Amino acid sequence: MKRIIHKHPLAIRWFHWINFPILVIMIWSGLLIYWAYQPYKIQIGDTVLFKFFPNWFIQALNLRRRLAEGMSWHFVFMWLFTINGVLYVLYTFISGEWRFLLPNRRSFREAWQVTLHDLGIRKTAPPQVKYNGAQRIAYTAILLMGIGSLLTGLAIYKPTQFSGLTTLTGGYENARLWHFILTIGYVLFFVIHIFQVVRAGWNNFQAMVTGFEVEKKLPEKTPPAPTTPA
Amino acid sequence: MAPVDDTEEKLPEKKPHREELTSEQQIRRRTLKAFALFGLAGVIPFSLWKWIKIQPKEAGLPKVFREVLKVNEEVANGYFSNANLAPTFPKDWAVKNVRVNGRDGLRSAIDKDAWRLKVEQPGRKALLISLDELKALPKQEIIYEFKCIEGWSQIQHWGGVNFAEFAKKYQLGQKDGSEAWYPYVGMKTPDGGYYVGIDTPSALHPQTMLAYEMNDEPLTDLHGAPLRLIIPVKYGVKNLKRIGSLWFSDERPRDFWAERGYDYHVGL
Repeated sequence: MKRIIHKHPLAIRWFHWINFPILVIMIWSGLLIYWAYQPYKIQIGDTVLFKFFPNWFIQALNLRRRLAEGMSWHFVFMWLFTINGVLYVLYTFISGEWRFLLPNRRSFREAWQVTLHDLGIRKTAPPQVKYNGAQRIAYTAILLMGIGSLLTGLAIYKPTQFSGLTTLTGGYENARLWHFILTIGYVLFFVIHIFQVVRAGWNNFQAMVTGFEVEKKLPEKTPPAPTTPA
Repeated sequence: MAPVDDTEEKLPEKKPHREELTSEQQIRRRTLKAFALFGLAGVIPFSLWKWIKIQPKEAGLPKVFREVLKVNEEVANGYFSNANLAPTFPKDWAVKNVRVNGRDGLRSAIDKDAWRLKVEQPGRKALLISLDELKALPKQEIIYEFKCIEGWSQIQHWGGVNFAEFAKKYQLGQKDGSEAWYPYVGMKTPDGGYYVGIDTPSALHPQTMLAYEMNDEPLTDLHGAPLRLIIPVKYGVKNLKRIGSLWFSDERPRDFWAERGYDYHVGL
């Protein structure tokens, strides 16, 4: 006999998996839009370290001359991205799930311990309820980033009607830059997220589909009797 | 004195709910069921993608996208207001090298002295208005961030006639014998090589103008001499250069870029 631990409510699983293809569409259509004007690069002095985006990347993803198409996808799927995000936030706060999600005062120290553990420097990982400190920080950050994308997006979508918002986000050009940076943030998050999910193993992953984790060993009622003293 | 409690620490932490012991078989059954449903749900985005791909095209876009863009336009009309203005800047912020981004409609030669703005309205004789007549109207200037649909923007300085003033002066736009406005304004270059359609409220926005000056100088040919549209509530594509004729209408006028897959409204 094993024990089932309910981890992710059905609503959270739906929000998670609906968000995934929507975000893919938003990022892809965003790239089609970005192609038409590509000012961003990372450089030190006059040395360009990385240009967003190199030609091989643009060619591989076939991003050329598709601005109109990109804009249409972006401005259709923005609704789904927004609706799904708003429902997720509402659900998280009404259901009480926020208690697992938001970082608390232990989270930052815990996140550091988790990082040391993940890097193999620390032997034990801190005990956790549903999410550890690093997860709480990461998943809350991604939520804030979502809000950021929405606001900077609106700031560049209607810079005259919402000129106050555009000014607040640093002006038209800055809002576009932040909209872009946040997208790069999602991609980095995605890479780390996949890596961590693979590392955490099947039981953890399948819980995002089934909703539950399976507890292999029953928790001990009493601590084991001390064996021969050293 | 009672010791100060650390209340936050004492709040019961919400714990994931543990079930009573479950048999291996039950767990397996529930897992399989969840994954079967997951796979089935995965068909939804796939079908949606396929469905969009097989949609009949309307001016280069799937029909359903055109419908959503129409909804976006209606939503935008809901919050559009003459009180919402594009931010303006000091004169010395305006760039000297104003970007030129398209020559459609400008490829043929033009005799600027013979040029007249042709204004048409249903049921009326066409008006022919000279540049001097337009210059006799009060001059408006704007230094604002011009925004191209490609993504770049530039602070530019334009001068000309406020469009709403112009419409009032020549009694344009309102249907004869009524207060109602025609819903659209169409404009095109003299050779018909470039044309735009604009919703009347955007045309009457206080920052919309028929411009004849750039950086205090008469327009150059590539910037649309002798007269062009400057409309800060739209992307650059609607800022038609070298206006040959303009007309109010009940129908949506043809629009160069909307016919090539872009949104018709492109309001900012």
